[in-house]
Amino acid sequence: MDIKIKKVEEINVVELAGDIDASTAPPVQEKVLPLAEPQAKILIDMSKVPFMSSAGLRVLLSVHRQATAREAQLVLVGLSEEIQDTMSVTGFLEFFTTCDTQESGLEALKNA
Amino acid sequence: MERIDSQPTHKYGDFKLRRGRPLPFGANIVPGGVNFSIFSSYATSCTLVLFQKHASEPMAEIPFPDEFRIGNVFSMIVFDLDYENIEYGYRMDGPFNPKEGQWFDSSKVLMDPYAKLIGGRDIWGKTPDWSDIYHHRARIALDDFDWEDDRPLEIDPEDQIIYEMHVRSFTRHPSSGVKHLGTFAGIRAKIPYLKELGVNAIELMPVYEFDEFENSRPNPVKPGEMLLNYWGYSTVGFFAPKAGYAATGKLGMQMDEFKTLVKDLHRNGIEVILDVVFNHTAEGNENGPYISFRGIDNKTYYMLTPDGYYFNFSGCGNTLNCNNPIVRNMVLDCLRYWAAEYHIDGFRFDLASILGRDPWGAPLQNPPLLETLAFDPILAKCKLIAEAWDAGGLYQVGSFPAFGRWAEWNGKYRDSIRKFLKGDGTVGDIAQRLQGSPDLYAWEGRGPATSINFITAHDGFTLMDLVSYNGKHNEANGENNNDGTNDNDSWNCGWEGPTDAPGINALRKRQMKNAVAILMVSQGVPMILMGDEVGRTQHGNNNTYCHDNELNWQDWNLLKTNADLFKFFKHCIAFRKAHPVLRNRHHFQNRDYAGSGYADITWHGTQAWNADWSPSSRTLAFMLCGKHAKAATVTDNYIYVAMNMHWESHWFEIPGLPPGMQWRVFANTGAPSPEDSWEPGQEQVLDNQHGLLLGDRSVVILVGK
Repeated sequence: MDIKIKKVEEINVVELAGDIDASTAPPVQEKVLPLAEPQAKILIDMSKVPFMSSAGLRVLLSVHRQATAREAQLVLVGLSEEIQDTMSVTGFLEFFTTCDTQESGLEALKNA
Repeated sequence: MERIDSQPTHKYGDFKLRRGRPLPFGANIVPGGVNFSIFSSYATSCTLVLFQKHASEPMAEIPFPDEFRIGNVFSMIVFDLDYENIEYGYRMDGPFNPKEGQWFDSSKVLMDPYAKLIGGRDIWGKTPDWSDIYHHRARIALDDFDWEDDRPLEIDPEDQIIYEMHVRSFTRHPSSGVKHLGTFAGIRAKIPYLKELGVNAIELMPVYEFDEFENSRPNPVKPGEMLLNYWGYSTVGFFAPKAGYAATGKLGMQMDEFKTLVKDLHRNGIEVILDVVFNHTAEGNENGPYISFRGIDNKTYYMLTPDGYYFNFSGCGNTLNCNNPIVRNMVLDCLRYWAAEYHIDGFRFDLASILGRDPWGAPLQNPPLLETLAFDPILAKCKLIAEAWDAGGLYQVGSFPAFGRWAEWNGKYRDSIRKFLKGDGTVGDIAQRLQGSPDLYAWEGRGPATSINFITAHDGFTLMDLVSYNGKHNEANGENNNDGTNDNDSWNCGWEGPTDAPGINALRKRQMKNAVAILMVSQGVPMILMGDEVGRTQHGNNNTYCHDNELNWQDWNLLKTNADLFKFFKHCIAFRKAHPVLRNRHHFQNRDYAGSGYADITWHGTQAWNADWSPSSRTLAFMLCGKHAKAATVTDNYIYVAMNMHWESHWFEIPGLPPGMQWRVFANTGAPSPEDSWEPGQEQVLDNQHGLLLGDRSVVILVGK
């Protein structure tokens, strides 16, 4: 699991690469959760994540919960069709704002 | 501050351990590890067996240290487990002496009876590896679903309209058009359909993990196809949803998928009732496999004869020992878990009379299990519905020990209405059924909603087959047509099976409309069988438990073919919902206690105020006074229902309404579609307010306002 965090203007951009499962979820949580500061804007780019397990989806939901509690904005981009489908069927998807690409995600967050 | 019990105290190989907590039973995630807890009354030792997910050989076997046992409970925390990628089981050592009821065999890996997630049959119908030493593989579950503000709907029982369905059958047919055929997700995609139909509860045939390959065998009439344990009335694990019913079963996310379905149904005003099978398990009789209970505590979990054989009150090989205190607690733990963790709204208990037998099979006066469930605080708002009979000859419709809580599948309603529909008369009996069967329930103070009214259910003919076949045609089940009931009270309308004769087809359609019209104006809780609203057929097979094919799958093309039938169902359901006088909580008193000048219910026939109660009578009508709706607490319209099940037309004189009111026609099954029914509120004023001609075998429903 590779986690890159950069800043594009005021937006925290997290680029994840690799599967997210019970063994890789804790470092993701450790690095991403602190970004959810009050009024922060976070974009998580998942285009290099081929697989998310149940534990992986739960990390995303924790980040979402934290962000909502602190009135931060969170956008997921680049979800593979399969992950998107799994998230839809298991109810996770409805919690999130999603965009196809990093560009459109940044645009959405700037206007948010 | 870190708790001191989050640190290990023992080591076994590379595994760090600590004494576990006996409660809760099962495998539960705790800080740093997983708490495993399991009980056995007679085991002398227990070993935790860990597998990598899907692996054929264990990765580790960790015996419970002696000091970790409290009473009969073995419990242990194992630290640092990759809990998403392991499966666990147990080996139990103890006496092997079948005559004494003891079946311990430490060579077997056993599934945790409290397993909340079970692998091994992750994808429906995928042929198992029969050489596997561990078939149904317990996994560690994440019970942290985000329900937001959802909770069970608590719809008043008398307001329920139940739709009985099979998860796979509902959307497995390619014509369903859903992305994930035959799954929980498939049902979710069809919520708009259920809403349009108007039902407010779905009753799911078994969703607890079962083995579709139990007793699988070649289909005698379809070469290359297998007969399966398709319906699933044979439980492997009581705490786990069927993985093969989830599109995400292959990812082990069936819990989330099912909970998401429940949450979405609730959002749309639809409750979820589970058909639960606590009368037996998938382990069968003396020749059955070791899955779990047999090897853990055979003598506790099963009812045994004095010689150690399995009692067979279920007709399925064994009988769960439900009134043993340990098993009783397990059933309670299980239902509490589904109510609290899955937000389930109610339970329908398969062959529930077994739950009222003592450990030797004798019916109990006050069965402790039934009483416990009735008074449990977590289950307090759950619907409890009994199939009030068993395969051992106990028939308790009207006398099931209810403790003020239990409703019953009213088998007498089914039988009476079927007889009446085909022209047998029995109007006296019908009058009771239409009123919520006070003859069965009022004496004990049980209200109309005690009676779950149904004409068809998964056992027996579909509605279309009820009017298309005189006898069952179960050859495809491979038992020479000997299985399935012979008491169908069905009538084929003049030809056995499909026909091109327009007269017969029109009559069949009318009979189906008569059935649902009568069902929806009966006091009590109506239940319809999946597909009856579009005329689903099983080609005369009245016991399709083993078919994973078109005999069970809902064909969604029928929605077009029988659009008029669907519309009629929809209107009848909407009519019921629009009229509280059809959904009373208390039985009629047969008197005017609201000062309206009319009794709450009055009986009529071809002459108003004069019903023909003679044995040969096939006509009956009744009127409900709108001022008496819900025990005169709300005002509704007047409703008049006339039923002519004679093969000739009859003139029915209609009772008069209070001044200023008019009779309007809501439904007339004798009229061709679309004039057979109207949307509630759009009813047509009746030309002649004093009488009407009812065609042969027809039902008319009028509303007075």
